[in-house]
Amino acid sequence: MSTVLFDTPGPKAQARHRIMTVIAAVLAVLLLAWVLWKLYEEGEFQASVWEDMSQPNIWEAYWKGLLATLKAAASAIVLSVVFGAVLAIARLSDRAWVRFPARVVVEFFRAVPLLLQIMFVYFGLGLGLYWSLVLALTLYNGSVLAEVFRAGMLAVPQGQSEAAYAIGMRKNQVMRLVLMPQSITIMLPAIVSQCVIVLKDTALGQIVSYRELVVESQGIAGFIHHTFVPLAVAAAIFITINYSLSRLAIYLEARMARRGQSSGQKVDLGTINAAQNAGV
Amino acid sequence: MDTLIDNLDQILRGFSNTLWLLLFSGIFSTILGTLLASFRVSPVASLQAIGTWYVNTFRNTPLVLILALAIYVIPVLGFNSLGFSIGFRQFDTFFIVATLGLSSYTAAFVCEAVRSGVNSVPAGQAEAARSVGMSFTQSLRLVVLPQAFRTVIPPLASTYIALAKNTSVVAIFGVPEAAYVMRKLSNQYSSDLWAIFLGIALGYILIVAVISTAATFLERRLAVAR
Repeated sequence: MSTVLFDTPGPKAQARHRIMTVIAAVLAVLLLAWVLWKLYEEGEFQASVWEDMSQPNIWEAYWKGLLATLKAAASAIVLSVVFGAVLAIARLSDRAWVRFPARVVVEFFRAVPLLLQIMFVYFGLGLGLYWSLVLALTLYNGSVLAEVFRAGMLAVPQGQSEAAYAIGMRKNQVMRLVLMPQSITIMLPAIVSQCVIVLKDTALGQIVSYRELVVESQGIAGFIHHTFVPLAVAAAIFITINYSLSRLAIYLEARMARRGQSSGQKVDLGTINAAQNAGV
Repeated sequence: MDTLIDNLDQILRGFSNTLWLLLFSGIFSTILGTLLASFRVSPVASLQAIGTWYVNTFRNTPLVLILALAIYVIPVLGFNSLGFSIGFRQFDTFFIVATLGLSSYTAAFVCEAVRSGVNSVPAGQAEAARSVGMSFTQSLRLVVLPQAFRTVIPPLASTYIALAKNTSVVAIFGVPEAAYVMRKLSNQYSSDLWAIFLGIALGYILIVAVISTAATFLERRLAVAR
């Protein structure tokens, strides 16, 4: 394996790498053992914790929290795809009076922290807990997705829309029949990874006490008087779901590359992807 | 509008906390993230595994949960007095713990940004450097890293922008930064919510604008024709 940084290792280098591998692994295990030992000394792993954690009502609470998280995230992702598509089309419009307001909306909701938006929608618009959270998530993620969609549409080679105009299609038709179907395959991985972000973001509903998975796990922590295990279980649930979703995104991307459907320049979309991956 | 002017000192104090959070967690997460990226591109298998594990774990957990765990676990590990002061400014242990939680989350994204930068340098560049007789350090210092650094600027800037927005999350745990001030003010003056929201939002927009302008400037400044 030769990479940018080093040549293919010879027998000596390989032996050195093996020794370093062992040393690093030992150090990592020691660090982990130290953390676990400290938590053990604090009584986080004592028998009563495991007994309490195996109560059925604890698992009901987790299940309720998970459902609340999934429900809010699912509504938000559907609505933000719709909202994002509308905004993207508006931003690609030929008319400046459509383009400009759409741009202001996108730039505003992308730059303002989601937490502020949740508080504002909840206290200001009086929509109720669930819909406040969903609306705020939609405004934020819709604006992010709008940029993804726009980049995706622009990434379709220009010859495609030129050809469509040349055979007499109207702008509406070009968008709907030529650009959208081609760009959706480019954008699908980005949409899936946006789902990960929305799932994590629902946890911010805590600021208005929406009872999702994190809030439930903190409730359990208060109930059994131990913090680490209940929160770690919630983290494990999130990691499992989100990791599977990101594997799905990678799979979709690879499949599209194999089929040769992602015709556009992927560079543009990559930057946007990196930007939104860094979301909350 | 009056609400904003009457409480200006409180709002500014909130934003100064936001900026300190941004500065500290920016520095910590850059150091930790670069270290993790070097783990992930190193030839040592266990270091690669540690880097991958860290990124997958921290990137897929909600920030709120990471902060809650950090606030609980860090004192348990024996770090009970992390507070310090710079000039007149005091930073208490809780503030630093929140910063560490924020940094450990952001480090996963910094790691991926840096790694993608290193990987984006074509392998031919390093091969060419070695074939003209440069040593490992020379090829890294003169050929690979200067190019990697430039490609890293845009994704790194996005990471810092996200971090600036993410600092608001510590409001949930009662660190008195800008989002916390907004919550407090909107409880006190609920009729003025629009002004409060737009005022605080403007502050964040300014911070985001400064970061992205700086990044664009740096990118142009360092741009090379390839």
